[in-house]
Amino acid sequence: MSEEYFLLGNEACAKGAIYAGCRFFAGYPITPSTEIAEALARELPKVDGAFVQMEDEIASAGALVGASWSGAKSMTATSGPGISLMQENIGYAFITETPIVIINVQRGSPSTGQPTMSSQSDMMQVRWGSHGDYEPIALAPSSVQEFFDFTIEAFNLAEKYRCPVFVMSDEAVGHMREKMSIPNDINVQTRQMPEESPEDYLPFKAPENGTPKMPAFGDGYNVAITGLTHDEKGYPDTNNPKTHSQLVKRLCDKILKNRENIVSFKEEDCDDADLIVITYGSPYRSAKTAVNQAREEGLKVGSLKINTPWPFPDEELEKIAKQADDLLVLEQNLGQMVHEVERVAKSDANVHLFGKIGGELHKPDEILTKIKEIKGV
Amino acid sequence: MVEEKQSPFLKYLREDRLPHIFCPGCGNGMVMNAFFKALEGTDIDFDNIAMVSGIGCSSRIPGYVKCDSLHTTHGRALPFATGLKVGNPDLDVIVFTGDGDGASIGGNHLIHAARRNINLTVICVNNNIYGMTGGQISPTSPKGSYATTAPYGSKDVPFNLSELVVAAGASYVARWTSTNPLQLVNSIKKGLNTNGFAFIEVVTQCPTYYGRKNKMKTATSMFEYLKENSINKRKADKMTPEEIEDKIIIGEFINRQEPEFTDNVQKLDEETSKKPYKKRTAYEEL
Repeated sequence: MSEEYFLLGNEACAKGAIYAGCRFFAGYPITPSTEIAEALARELPKVDGAFVQMEDEIASAGALVGASWSGAKSMTATSGPGISLMQENIGYAFITETPIVIINVQRGSPSTGQPTMSSQSDMMQVRWGSHGDYEPIALAPSSVQEFFDFTIEAFNLAEKYRCPVFVMSDEAVGHMREKMSIPNDINVQTRQMPEESPEDYLPFKAPENGTPKMPAFGDGYNVAITGLTHDEKGYPDTNNPKTHSQLVKRLCDKILKNRENIVSFKEEDCDDADLIVITYGSPYRSAKTAVNQAREEGLKVGSLKINTPWPFPDEELEKIAKQADDLLVLEQNLGQMVHEVERVAKSDANVHLFGKIGGELHKPDEILTKIKEIKGV
Repeated sequence: MVEEKQSPFLKYLREDRLPHIFCPGCGNGMVMNAFFKALEGTDIDFDNIAMVSGIGCSSRIPGYVKCDSLHTTHGRALPFATGLKVGNPDLDVIVFTGDGDGASIGGNHLIHAARRNINLTVICVNNNIYGMTGGQISPTSPKGSYATTAPYGSKDVPFNLSELVVAAGASYVARWTSTNPLQLVNSIKKGLNTNGFAFIEVVTQCPTYYGRKNKMKTATSMFEYLKENSINKRKADKMTPEEIEDKIIIGEFINRQEPEFTDNVQKLDEETSKKPYKKRTAYEEL
């Protein structure tokens, strides 16, 4: 028997974090994510966890990395402006291979923008926001249930690949109340201690899968962690082109070469479809209604919902681009992930964007009109 | 041939990382020496220490020490250290920072860490200049001093770092110069034994940049400057603001017992869960 709840999206996220084993939260109040911090300030002490309200988001991201090396699973929740401030320390987490989870409840932007309105304006910010080459993992929930599930999955992926993982929610999902259930068997990935003795252990020597095992501070491994380019020992080696290229390529490859194990998507009615609506996060909700209506009217329309915008599901996209004539991308921005769709689809399909900003979700009839416009019916 | 004398503290260093990057005459080695001497004077187990630093010359110190260390981003050592200490309160966490890292880009984190009175020992190596980037003016550079970004002499009023940290709420604060090694050792020892935020500011010589820009090209001429311009706090307290202007006030600024941050977190956990505290761990299912 699973437990059922009627929950706010942000509260479901906090619940998911506790189930995933999160025992450290550092954050700074920001709309529309604050309920996550509030829920964890209340719940973490009950499970021997620690909640720290930091002085700003830069400090929050730093504290997450410190807590992660103390041996605890750590998370923060923020929105666009907070992500902007965290970027430098997120890059630090990438190069030092520190598992952390960052919840982004997106709001209208740029700048202070629309704090209480929904958007998906940070998709490229989490992809490219910190300086340098790296491969982020990002999950985009479209419901309260998924906000819970994807938060747990984010912790599991962070531990598995030792990197920051983003949950790209939005105001609509964060502030929506829905029924959700907590299954009995939740899969939780624990951190793996190195098998070697401290004398034989090289902290940044990766096994074949690309991700080294990680001890905690105080375990006797005496690891030297630095944001400088480092060798397998962890020692700075900044003027050697080979060391840098090996390190950064490995950090990217550990994600890219495991792409098929990370990516997740949901395909509906695609088999015979000549037009496929592509969504991630909130817009999926209206897209689903629109696709159903289109089918009722006899139009061959399918839906592809991307659960992991990063890494982008290239293989699946290539497949549907070859099959369909038209791909319609719905986003709560003026076009971000559509560039990825165009990159993969090349000339195999016509890519159309229906980007909507201002905070209102796409309406099913608007989508249907767009579908008919493309199909010329 | 002069017999080579080995430092008794070599055992604490990563010998495979030597030689270090510090310039001849730099104060960092003296501060490290004082730190190891102080550590040996406490009950702290060397294997239990973790060191955290930001970016800058003094922030390179932890990387040479054979312990767990985090060499973090510029100015952010204290937030990283806060996460580390809260995550595992059993660790003895020591932070090395400098005037640029700790007082400029990291100034906000400094006052907030002091306000929380979190049990960290912070050693701030204040050489009054940005050394790593080649000699720019810093928020502690004395008025009138020269730097590459203050070619006509600094017009800014410098921060009084130790007073700032006292006002923000730290348990222990002291300031010495690198010409007061014994007092420095004693204060670091006290800082390590403090259950709360301990801040030890060491005003040091940087002959390479500060010295060269300010007509003190050798370490010894900088020592003379530091000695001549230091006034003990007890004496300074009886002097007028005009008399102590531009002087380095040395001594203990505060030594008080106040509630400590991680103790409060732990107490809250035990009161809320009504169970003895259990370690926060990612390594097992909870």
